[in-house]
Amino acid sequence: MADIDKVGSAEEHQAPGALVEWEQRVAGYQGEPPFVQEPERDSAIVAALKDAAIAAGIAAALFLFFIGFRTDIDFGGLELTTRWQAFAISVIAVFFGRLLFRVLFWGPRQRGGRSLAARAMASRAGTPLSERFSRHSGLFGSFALAAAVLYPVIILLAFPLKDKQFIDLGILVLTYIMLGWGLNIVVGLAGLLDLGYVAFYAVGAYSFALFAQYFEVGFWFALPVAGLLAAFWGIILGFPVLRLRGDYLAIVTLAFGEIIRVVLLNWYTFTGGPDGISGIPDPTFFGLEFARGDDNLPGLLGIKYDSAYKQAYFFYIILALAMVTNFVTMRLRRLPLGRAWEALREDEIACRSLGINTVNTKLTAFAIGAMFGGFAGSFFATRQGFISPESFTFIESALILAIVVLGGLGSQVGVVIASIVMIGGFELFRDLAEYRMLIFGLLMVIIMVWRPRGLIATRDPSAVLKERKSISADMVAQGEGH
Amino acid sequence: MSGPVPLLYTRGVETYYGNIIALRGVDIAVFEGEIVTLIGANGAGKSTLMMTICGNPQARTGQIVFDGEDITHLPTHDIMSRSIAQSPEGRRIFPRMTVMENLQMGAMISKNGTFEEDLNRVFDLFPRLKERQHQRGGTLSGGEQQMLAIARALMSRPRLLLLDEPSLGLAPMVVKQIFQVIHELNRSEGLTVFLVEQNAFHALRLAHRGYVMVNGKITMTGTGAELLARPEVRAAYLEGGRQEAAQ
Repeated sequence: MADIDKVGSAEEHQAPGALVEWEQRVAGYQGEPPFVQEPERDSAIVAALKDAAIAAGIAAALFLFFIGFRTDIDFGGLELTTRWQAFAISVIAVFFGRLLFRVLFWGPRQRGGRSLAARAMASRAGTPLSERFSRHSGLFGSFALAAAVLYPVIILLAFPLKDKQFIDLGILVLTYIMLGWGLNIVVGLAGLLDLGYVAFYAVGAYSFALFAQYFEVGFWFALPVAGLLAAFWGIILGFPVLRLRGDYLAIVTLAFGEIIRVVLLNWYTFTGGPDGISGIPDPTFFGLEFARGDDNLPGLLGIKYDSAYKQAYFFYIILALAMVTNFVTMRLRRLPLGRAWEALREDEIACRSLGINTVNTKLTAFAIGAMFGGFAGSFFATRQGFISPESFTFIESALILAIVVLGGLGSQVGVVIASIVMIGGFELFRDLAEYRMLIFGLLMVIIMVWRPRGLIATRDPSAVLKERKSISADMVAQGEGH
Repeated sequence: MSGPVPLLYTRGVETYYGNIIALRGVDIAVFEGEIVTLIGANGAGKSTLMMTICGNPQARTGQIVFDGEDITHLPTHDIMSRSIAQSPEGRRIFPRMTVMENLQMGAMISKNGTFEEDLNRVFDLFPRLKERQHQRGGTLSGGEQQMLAIARALMSRPRLLLLDEPSLGLAPMVVKQIFQVIHELNRSEGLTVFLVEQNAFHALRLAHRGYVMVNGKITMTGTGAELLARPEVRAAYLEGGRQEAAQ
C-alpha cells in the first residue's frame, strides 16, 4: 500500500526517470483500481453464529459415527442401532457451547476485544489464585495433612457400607500424589521432561514382586531395595540422555518406558510375562499380619477382623510414603542440590558457567525422582497383590505428567489438587465410562486455557533473608536456555 | 615467555565447530591485575575464544593455561570452579529465581563460607541489586540483569573475571555505569578482567591492553591507548565510538 500512496500526479515527480517509472507503475495496474476494497466484516453476532455453525458442522461429521450409530454384539453378527436423538442433542450442545464460549470469553476479536488469554493475563495481575495459595500454602498443607490423617477414621465411621471403596479411592489418590511429587523433582524442579516415569513405577513394583516370589521377603525389606533399584535405573536412563533437552529428551524417555514394559512382557521365564505375578504378600505391622486368626494383629487387639482395617493400614502407609517424598523434596529445594536443579531448569549454560556439574545434577534428579517412583511401585504391588505389565502402560506416564503439569510445574500443592481432581474425578465419572475420556480431555483444555502454567504457577523463593516479597512467577518469561 | 608468568594464557589455540575452523592459532596472555579486552567484528571468534577458555567447546589443538595449570581439556564445571568466573553472553540470569537466589547460585561452588561478606560486597558495588533482592531475576531491567550477572560471577571470589559483551543491548548510560564498576573492581581489589566487547571505544579506554581479532586470528595487540590511536582500528571499529566521544 505504501507504494500506492506515493503515486500522486506526474508533476510531483521531478526527475524524468521518476516520471517514466510512474507511468510504468500505473500501466502495471492495467486498469484495475490501485487499491483493494477492504472485505466487509460480519457483525459480531453473525460472526459468532457462523463460527458456532462451523463448529456444529464439524461436530456433526464426527459424532455421526461416534454417537449417531451404535453397534452391539448380537447373535450372528453385529446389530446396528441409530441414536438420532443423542446425536442431535450433542450437535446442538456443541453449537450453543461454542456460541457461549465465543460471546463470554473470546469476544469480538476484530474490535479490539480482549482475548481470553489477555483476560487471563489481566486477572493474574491482581491477586491471582496461585498467589493466594502460596501465601497460605503452609496453612493449606497442614489442613490437607490433617484431613488426610482423619480420612480413614471418618470414612469408617460415616460410611460403614462403602468404607472399603472410599478408602481405596483415597489410597489411589495418594499413590498418584506420591508419583506426582516424585516426577515433580524431575520435571518440575530440574526441568527434564520425562515421559517414561512409569518405568520406575514398574521397576519398583516388579522388584518387590520378584523378590517376594524368589526370596520370600516382606514389604518392608523390599521397599528400600525397590527404591534403590529404581534409582539405579534412573541413572541408567540418565546417562544416554544427558545431552538431550526438551522434545528429544521426551522421546527417549518415552521409549525407555516402553522398553521396560516390553521386556517385562516378554521375559516370560523370569517375570511371568503377560500372566504377571500374583500372591504378593501384604505388608506386616512390626511382624504382625492383618488377617483372620488370633495370632494376627486384629486378633491380638481383640477386635473383629474387617478388611476395611487393612485398607486403612494401606492408606496410612502410602500417606507416610508420600509425606516422606514431600519432606525430602522440600528440604532438597533449600539445599544447594535442589537449587542447582532449579537453576538447571532455568538455564543450563549459566549453570555450567557457574561451575555447577550439570551431569551430576541431572543424574541425581533422575535418580531421586526414580527412587520415589520405585517406592510407589513397590507399594502398588503389595496393595494389588497382583501385577502385570498391563498396569504400566504409557497412559500412566501421561496421567502422572498431566497431574504435574496441570498442578503447576514445581508446585507440591498443585500436585495434590490435580491428583484429587483428576483421580477423584475419574472415579466419580466411572458410571459414565463412555464419556470419561471426553470429560478428562475437556478438563485439561479448560485448565490449560485458564491457567497455562498450571493451577499453582507461583514459585516460592527458597531463600529469603528478611521479609518475604514475591512477584508472581507468571509475570516472568521463561529462560532463554529453552 | 620471559618476565612474569601470565595468570591466563593461550598458546596456538584452534577451535572447530564440526569441520569449520573458528579459531586459528590464538595466543593471548592476561597478567594478574590487568584488564585485557578482546575486540572484533561480529563472527570474528571473540565469544568462541571466551567459550574455549571455559572448555565448551574444547580446543582441538593448542594449550590454555590458568595459574600455571593446563586447563585445556578439563570439563567446564572443573574450569569454572578454579577461581575463574564468567558473566556469560546474553547475561543468562535465572529468570524465575530471585536476585538473592541468583547470587546464592553464584556462591555455590565457593568453599570460603564468606557468603554474607561477599553479598555485602556486591550490594555495595550494585546498590540497585540490594533494593531488588527479593525480586525475580526476569523482572529486572536489562541493565540490572547485567549487574546481576556480574555480581553473580563475583560471588565466588574469582581471581579472573571473564566478561562476555556486558554492554550488549544496554543504554550508553548503563554501559558507562557497568564499565565504571569494572574499573573500580580492578583498581581497588586488583581483580584481573578479560573482557570481550563489541563496544571497542569503551572497552579500549577501560583496558590496559587489548587484542583485535579478525576471522579467528589475533591481528593486532597493544595497550588500550595504542590501539585506540591506530587508524585501522579507528576505521574498522570506532566510527560509532568517536561520535559518542565527541558528545
